[in-house]
Amino acid sequence: MAGAVAVKDRQWLPIAEIATQVNAGGLKAVDLVEQSLRTIADKAEYQAIIATLDDAARARAVAIDAQVAAGKSAGRLAGVPFIAKDNYLVFGADTTAASNILRGFQAPYQSTVINRLEAEGAICVAKANLDAFAHGGSTENSDFFTTKNPHDLTRVPGGSSGGSAAAVILDMAPFALGTDTGGSIRQPASFVGAVGFKPTYGTTSRSGVVAMASSTDVMGPLTRSVDDAALVYDVFAGPDLLDSTTIERDSAGYTDLAARDLHGVKIGVIKEYFEASLDAGVRSVIENGIAKLKAAGAEIIDVSLPSLPLALAVYYIVVPAEISSNLSRYDGQRYGYSNPDAKNLEDSYSGARGRGFGKEAKRRIMIGTYVLSSGYYDAYYKKAQTVRTKLVNEFAEAFTQVDFLVGPTAPTTAFKIGENTADPLQMYLADVMTVGPSLAGLTAIVVPTGLSDGLPVGMQLMAAQRADRALLELAKCAEELFV
Amino acid sequence: MADLTRDDILKLARLARISLTDDEVGEFATEFTEILKYVEQLNAVDTSGLEPTSQVTGLTNVTRADTVIDYGYAASKLLENVPSKQADLIKVKRMIG
Repeated sequence: MAGAVAVKDRQWLPIAEIATQVNAGGLKAVDLVEQSLRTIADKAEYQAIIATLDDAARARAVAIDAQVAAGKSAGRLAGVPFIAKDNYLVFGADTTAASNILRGFQAPYQSTVINRLEAEGAICVAKANLDAFAHGGSTENSDFFTTKNPHDLTRVPGGSSGGSAAAVILDMAPFALGTDTGGSIRQPASFVGAVGFKPTYGTTSRSGVVAMASSTDVMGPLTRSVDDAALVYDVFAGPDLLDSTTIERDSAGYTDLAARDLHGVKIGVIKEYFEASLDAGVRSVIENGIAKLKAAGAEIIDVSLPSLPLALAVYYIVVPAEISSNLSRYDGQRYGYSNPDAKNLEDSYSGARGRGFGKEAKRRIMIGTYVLSSGYYDAYYKKAQTVRTKLVNEFAEAFTQVDFLVGPTAPTTAFKIGENTADPLQMYLADVMTVGPSLAGLTAIVVPTGLSDGLPVGMQLMAAQRADRALLELAKCAEELFV
Repeated sequence: MADLTRDDILKLARLARISLTDDEVGEFATEFTEILKYVEQLNAVDTSGLEPTSQVTGLTNVTRADTVIDYGYAASKLLENVPSKQADLIKVKRMIG
C-alpha cells in the first residue's frame, strides 16, 4: 500500500452544504475551484484527469460569486466543482472520449446533463480519463494512459468511468460524472470505494454524450455519499426534447430521502451471483453486508434468475452491434482524425478509422458488424435480443416477490494493471454482474460495503425501472449500516 | 461454427471500413473465434414464444412538433472541427476512379 493516499476521510463538505454556504457568502466559488485544481495537480501521478478547464472554471466561479454578492441565489449546486468523464461534451476543453480519433475535438454544443448542472451553479473543472469510447472495465483501453487506483498505484480503478471514480476518492471534486452501459459506473465505484449510481434507463438525457450502446447508455454520478448522488441526479434527471428515449421524473423528486425502516422490506439475494466464480474475500464482505441489512429488520429472500448467467453473452452481442452502428459516424470527414495519405474516399474512411481507433474499439465494431451481417443477424443479434426478453421477464417476476435485489458488483476487487489485458474475454468477465440490470433498464446503485485485503468492495443494490427514489432510500440506509 | 479465418477478418474490416495491420488480422481471427464460441451458448436457450427486446421502457413513436429549436450555436462552429474544407464546404476525396 506504499504510496496510497489517505482515502477514508472526505475533504469536501456534503454537496448541499457547500451550495448553502456559497449562497450565504461563507464559501467562495473561486476558492472551491482553486482547491479542486490544486488537488488535481497534487495527485497527478494517479492520471485520473485528461484535461483541466482552468480558465472556464475560474470565469464561472467569479460569475457565481458576483451573483451571490448581488443578493441572488446561485442555485442548488452553487459553486460546487465537478469532474466530467471525457465522453461528455463540455465547453472549455477538448472532448476526446480518451480516443485518438477525437483528439482535439471541440464540442460545438454541451450535453444536456452539463447544461442542467451549470444552470444550478455547478462548475466543471476537469475531464476524466476512461477506456476509449467507454469500452472496457479498467481504463487500460484509454488511448492515452491508465488511471491508477487511489488505494494502490499498481492496480486499476475499474472502468470505464475509472478516472471519474478515482477523482472522487482522491478528493479532486465533490462529485464526478460517469456513464454506465454495462457497469461502467458501478464496477469502478466498487473498485475505489465510491457510491456509484446507474439510474433507470431513460431518466437521464443522452444528448451530448458520446454514444456507446444507445439501448443501455445511462448517465450518473460518482460521489462520496448517497445524499450527494441523489442531489446531483435530482438536478439532471428528467425528460429532454433532445433525447426521445427520456422518461418522466419521479413526482416526489430524488432528494430529502426518508430514513427508511427496513422492517417489512423484502430484499432478494440473487443466487446466481454467488454461484459464479466469486472471489472469497468479496463474497465475505457482501455476505456480511447482507447480514447487516437483515439485522436491521429486512426480510432476506433467496431469488433465482436462471437466465442471468447468459446476460454477458447477450451483452457482448447486443452492445457491439450498437457500437458498430454508433461509431460509424467517425469517418474522418466532418471531425476527428483524418487520414492524410488517402487516395480515394474509401481509403480516407478506412485509414482514419484504422489509425484513429484503438484496438478495443476496432474489436467491438467488427464483432458488431459480424453479428449484424447478412446470414448471421438471426443467429446472433435476434437470438440475443430474444434471450434479453427472457432476462427482462425474470427480473420482472423477481420484483413481484421482493422490493429490491442485491448482490456483488464484480467478481473480484481491483485487479493489477496488465493482469487481464492479454485476453479480451477475461476482461469482459469483469462485467458479468453488472450487465444484467443494464439490459433490463433497471436502476442500480453501488454502496461501499467493506474491505477485502485492504481493497474496497461495494454491494450492488437493484430495483425495478422507475423505483430510483426507493432505491436511493435503501442505499442511504445501507450506507449507514455498512460504515 | 468454424474458426474465423484471416479472410473472414479482412472481409469484416472492409465492411466496417477499418484498415488493419497484418498482426491485427491474425490476432482478431483468434480472439473473435474465442468470443463467438462464448456467445454461442445462447443457441441452446429455448426462446420459443418470445419476441426480441430492443427498447426496455416501453416507449413507442416519440414525436415532437416539427419546429426549429435554437441550439445556441452556429453552423460555422461545427465547421471548425472539419479536417479539410473549401469555403463553407466539407472537402472529401473523389468517390469514383
